[in-house]
Amino acid sequence: MAEPGTIEIQVLRYHPERDEAPAWQSYQVPFTDDMSVLQGLQYIKDEIDGTLSFRWSCRMAICGSCGMMVNGKPRLSCATFLRELQPGPVYIEALAHLPIERDLVVSVDEFVAKLAGVKPYLIPREQRSLAQGEYPQTPAQLERFEQYSACINCMLCYAACPEYGLNRDFLGPGVLALLHRYNADSRDGGRAQRMPMLNAEEGVWTCMAVGYCSEVCPKQVDPANAVNQNKVVSAMDYFLRFLPRSGGTP
Amino acid sequence: MRGWWRRDPFFMRYMLRETTALAVLAYALVLTVGFVRLAQGEAAWDGWLAALRTPWALLLHFVLLAAMALHAYSWFVIMPKTMPMMFVGGRRVAGAVITRAGWAAAVLAALALYALARRWLS
Amino acid sequence: MKRSNAPLLWLPFGAGGLLAALLGPMLVFITGIAVPLGWSLRPDGLSYARVHALAQHGWAKVFLFLLVALLAWHAVHRIFHSLHDLGVHAGAAGKLLCYGAALALTVASAASLLAIGF
Repeated sequence: MAEPGTIEIQVLRYHPERDEAPAWQSYQVPFTDDMSVLQGLQYIKDEIDGTLSFRWSCRMAICGSCGMMVNGKPRLSCATFLRELQPGPVYIEALAHLPIERDLVVSVDEFVAKLAGVKPYLIPREQRSLAQGEYPQTPAQLERFEQYSACINCMLCYAACPEYGLNRDFLGPGVLALLHRYNADSRDGGRAQRMPMLNAEEGVWTCMAVGYCSEVCPKQVDPANAVNQNKVVSAMDYFLRFLPRSGGTP
Repeated sequence: MRGWWRRDPFFMRYMLRETTALAVLAYALVLTVGFVRLAQGEAAWDGWLAALRTPWALLLHFVLLAAMALHAYSWFVIMPKTMPMMFVGGRRVAGAVITRAGWAAAVLAALALYALARRWLS
Repeated sequence: MKRSNAPLLWLPFGAGGLLAALLGPMLVFITGIAVPLGWSLRPDGLSYARVHALAQHGWAKVFLFLLVALLAWHAVHRIFHSLHDLGVHAGAAGKLLCYGAALALTVASAASLLAIGF
């Protein structure tokens, strides 16, 4: 029988140099009402098993490091509390659909490569001199892209997305939301350069509007909206592409 | 990924939404058969009408009705996700507003269709 | 990255889905429940004379054709992608079966509606 104020945490362990396959390991963790899952893992590492590997940094849901599956759902461990998960056991695994490097650490290489590929930076429409000053932007113009800029690259949406799970070539919710963030920014003129990524099968067209990505996003980015509103954009680009465009701007 | 959709109620609801397509296809087939029978003459058409009166056909259509209603409900739930941000009077229109407007449109369309049917088929 | 041809099928999917959402439930109720059971609509409301006369109008043909075609293309598009979701690798044969079925319903409807005459 568990002691009062203790909770069982089961972690899916995997050290590639010694393990054939991942295996569950159980720990008894004393907890208080204010403890996050992250703090539970830190207790395990500090007091019970120093070999446990997991990423974390800010412990306040802004760095995006501590994403993992908690009882089958993609969560930030710093923003998930042990008291919610009573009486336990709490099952913790690495984020779904992503290659496991070690224990709860997944590879972010694919994500980073895809993100770099969509040109996630402002591409000016024309050359601008310092003398011209800053870009004025109205609150309405800011609102058009601001929520998408809140993405912390935590990849919970990739663990959530079944279409990504079925097809790892999909650019995915996070990357497409960030692509949209730049297209939607009034300061940006790079939409034409980003269209090929949207228009590809691995762009918006793998999405089936399941919507779980937006459910799990800890920053309310709503990637499902970013991806699906671009289906109309992509379709219009498909059907109108042979029409002559004026001036060379999209 | 096997059985992924069984692992969370959210995914089960998604799959349920997707299965409504079977009902839409079934009804399209029923209508197509109707058109064919209509073109084949009165006897064939009466045969199609008689088939619609059988218990199996009635049961099927109750199921199709439920599925169509679920399709309509879930279609407008997802519709705001497919739209760019909308602003009215400088304020952002919430997705829920768009969903409810869609449901309202569906109810109105159904009532209008029923009114038409009352006029034309009576 | 190669451009996808998905928009070709996505537009009818969207149009058909909207049509099904707005008109589907009541159409099913009218043709499949109310008329056969005589619930507030006459059981002979869909008599041959009545319907045949209606179907001779050009606009009626267009509406009825679009109804069936869009519903069919919407449905098979969703069904095909659901097969992928279920892990069924239907491939080219699956595409042929699904979209072929929609094509069959489209052609049969068009042919019948035209055969009814004006």
